[in-house]
Amino acid sequence: MKFITALLLTAVLAFISGLYLPWWGIAITSLLVAVIIHQKAGRAFLSGLLGVLIVWAGLAFWIDMKNNGILSKKIAQVLPLGGNSLLLIFVTGLIGGLVAGFAAMSGSFLRSSPKN
Amino acid sequence: MRIVPFAASLVVTAGLVFALNKQWGAIPPMGKFLSPQHGFWQNAEPVSQGFNANLHFPELKGKAEVYLDERLVPHIFAENDEDLYFIQGYLHAKFRLFQMDLQTKAAAGRASEIAGKKAINFDREQRRLGMVYAAENTMKEVDKDPATKALFDAYTNGVNAYIGSMKESQLPLEYKLLNFKPEKWSNIRTALLLKMMAKMLSSGTESDLANTNAKSVLMPDELKLIYPAVHDSLLPIIPKGTVFDKPGIVPVQPATADSLYFGNTKPVAAVENSKPDINNGSNNWVVAGSKTQSGAPILCNDPHLELSLPSIWYEMQLRTPTSNTYGVSLPGSPFIIIGFNDSIAWGVTNSQRDVKDYYDIKFKDKTKTEYWFNGQWVKTKLKVEEIKVKGGATVYDTVAYTIFGPVIFDESFSNANAANRNLAVRWVAHDPSNEALTFYHLNRSKNYDDYEQAIKPFECPGQNFVFASKSGDIAIWQQGKFPARWNRQGLYVMPGEDSSYMWQGFIPQAENPHSKNPERGYLQSANQRAVDSTYPYFIPGTNITPRGITIDRLLASMNGITPADMMSLQNNYFNTLAEDAKEILLGYVKETELSATEKKYLDIFKTWDLLASPDSKGQTVYQAWWDSLEVEVWKDELSRIKPEAPWPQKQTLLECLKRDSAMKFIDNINTPKIETLYDVVTAALRKASVYLATEEAAGKLEWSKFKNPTVYHLLKDALPAFARTGLHVGGNGDIVNAVTHSHGPSWRMIVQLTSPTEAYGVYPGGQSGNPGSKYYDDYIDKWVEGKYYKLWFMRDGDRTDKNIKWTMKFN
Repeated sequence: MKFITALLLTAVLAFISGLYLPWWGIAITSLLVAVIIHQKAGRAFLSGLLGVLIVWAGLAFWIDMKNNGILSKKIAQVLPLGGNSLLLIFVTGLIGGLVAGFAAMSGSFLRSSPKN
Repeated sequence: MRIVPFAASLVVTAGLVFALNKQWGAIPPMGKFLSPQHGFWQNAEPVSQGFNANLHFPELKGKAEVYLDERLVPHIFAENDEDLYFIQGYLHAKFRLFQMDLQTKAAAGRASEIAGKKAINFDREQRRLGMVYAAENTMKEVDKDPATKALFDAYTNGVNAYIGSMKESQLPLEYKLLNFKPEKWSNIRTALLLKMMAKMLSSGTESDLANTNAKSVLMPDELKLIYPAVHDSLLPIIPKGTVFDKPGIVPVQPATADSLYFGNTKPVAAVENSKPDINNGSNNWVVAGSKTQSGAPILCNDPHLELSLPSIWYEMQLRTPTSNTYGVSLPGSPFIIIGFNDSIAWGVTNSQRDVKDYYDIKFKDKTKTEYWFNGQWVKTKLKVEEIKVKGGATVYDTVAYTIFGPVIFDESFSNANAANRNLAVRWVAHDPSNEALTFYHLNRSKNYDDYEQAIKPFECPGQNFVFASKSGDIAIWQQGKFPARWNRQGLYVMPGEDSSYMWQGFIPQAENPHSKNPERGYLQSANQRAVDSTYPYFIPGTNITPRGITIDRLLASMNGITPADMMSLQNNYFNTLAEDAKEILLGYVKETELSATEKKYLDIFKTWDLLASPDSKGQTVYQAWWDSLEVEVWKDELSRIKPEAPWPQKQTLLECLKRDSAMKFIDNINTPKIETLYDVVTAALRKASVYLATEEAAGKLEWSKFKNPTVYHLLKDALPAFARTGLHVGGNGDIVNAVTHSHGPSWRMIVQLTSPTEAYGVYPGGQSGNPGSKYYDDYIDKWVEGKYYKLWFMRDGDRTDKNIKWTMKFN
């Protein structure tokens, strides 16, 4: 339950941060969530990673659908992902997720006592 | 708190953020770039995107509306000129900001700020050519005229209003990829854009450096033969038989010319880095009502430029209570450049005239502070150029300005070659002038007299302004400021130690080649020499002859012309040059000595219909064979000339061979044998066949596959994914439909001056510069097919018309 709550809260705050803060705002919000909802490091990492991955990949997927894939096909050649839009969407989510995951893990260590 | 693991994971997080927020070589800052709320995803415009808006700007004097039609062409309805150009600037920035920013930075020699080290030599050459100096001189003229300045200011304010209102997530995609930000607009950047056009169209039309080297090896009669001033087959812009006035100025050749100029055989090592494409040409023509079905004149224009995405052109209608103009504009400049209004239509092609010369400068010493001129040491003006380099140290370059102009090549700058001469460049584009004024007035011209007045201030690059009016007049003027030269002045580097080799004056404007309402009922220009040899001035340049011949012949034979006829003429694939070349190639090939493969290509050529259509194999064989023949004929002699000689034109070889099938250049000077035309024509086919066989094996024998017509993104090879390649379109530089690999008709326009005006147009691009928009390249297929859009010249009563898709309200 804690895991799901943390994941959802990470996702919601990541979205809101994206409206007002630079892209790395997700690191701050994900860390905060991990401090507020304390989990073990591994679980915190995972809920941070998945929370942002879902938001970033989800947003990218939504934008891509409305754009008929015009731009993603081009960027997936620039980057080089073989012109594969879905792969680009996944990579988008993963990059955001990794930052959030490590930030959340830092939050977890910040909260936990040495004995734990 | 678990200090160590916390610190470790915090460091990892911070490191990750840092690494993803930084550009690594060509890789953009990935975190920022991929973030769906900040990065490139924000440029993925929904295909159902709307463009309605209510915008408020304190700079506006009145209210204005912009009606966008389904092709995203804006129709601006403003109450006054300032508001009109403010909004034009705003829209240019909204749809084409990166292009405007990049082009003017490149014009100013600031490409290294974006591209890094590899652009330093380009930047140095731009500065040394005096691009900024030229733009500053234009600005002095603009500032002298409060009316023009007000329009420039309004345009600049409009661009900056958009930049100021833009959120970072709305930055054009290219800024996110290259990780930089747009700079505010200023009037001088508009001047720089116009100088970019001046360079494109009037800097590559001379070959003085290469000519100088050719002169050091070849004899005068050889030079005359392979670089003729007038081609035998020329059909000039001004109808043959036109009588020219007695010249108002007769320049005198200096007494020392034979020894110091013609007799100087010292070569020059310098080569220009970025010489504009010789194919930067165009077609335009106009037919009088006597030759059309409707009885009204029809005017046509297709400017040939490097094709790019976004296109160099942006289509729009500009309307106030006192003016109403439709056509294409250049993002970065106010006004319509090619188009029509309620009363007239106009178009431009390049004059191809040489307006740029080089002078040998003798400096006192390496400090370049003094040079020898008219018997004494004269002070130069030294300008220190600061070139900022992305990811590298700033480069400083000192450029010496002389009475002639800036010293472009000297010991510190002449590319890879050893420096041996200091060369100052004298270029008409440096002179103070206000070309923008021409377009402001053309946009408002009501008749021939207005047009004639409007084009007068236009100095550089010299253009053929074609004209038609609803009152039935047709006309053409080759307009520009052209030096009055003595015979062969400026073909080669000139002595610069005194004033005797300077330009003695300019051809009086009224004596520029022109024609109004000729009896034959049509006028045409296609970059050929404007006049026959009876024109009383020496006018060198880089002219292109064949397209004019095709167009002239067809127009002469046509009657009852409709816009549809003009469309097929703009898309004409007939190869006039090949028609003549065929006689020589088939007349001299030794058929019995050919192999089976060679025979196969010969047969393809024999049955060819002389059309450079996209699926034509004959055109490919012809091109390979003729190019190979040129190498057989010229290369042995010309490769003696270092670093390079001008390559003679196709037309020249053809005419030389037609005149004299035993011309001396046919022999290969590197073999003991004396080759005949039979030998070289056959050898050329043999060599071409080897090449053609490899192309055929790769499935590239059809002409459009062979040349692979491509519209590149402005950043060309850096972003192949943003280009459109493999377009199914034929043509070539010397064919009316002048599409080469990446160059060709950048806008096709046909205007029939009936009431109401009936106009058609298309360009190979789209209105939006955003590669994530469906409007980025949506015209290309139509352009490839040779089809047109009917241009909607919106009237006041059309404000509720169903063609209007979106409305932007400005107040």
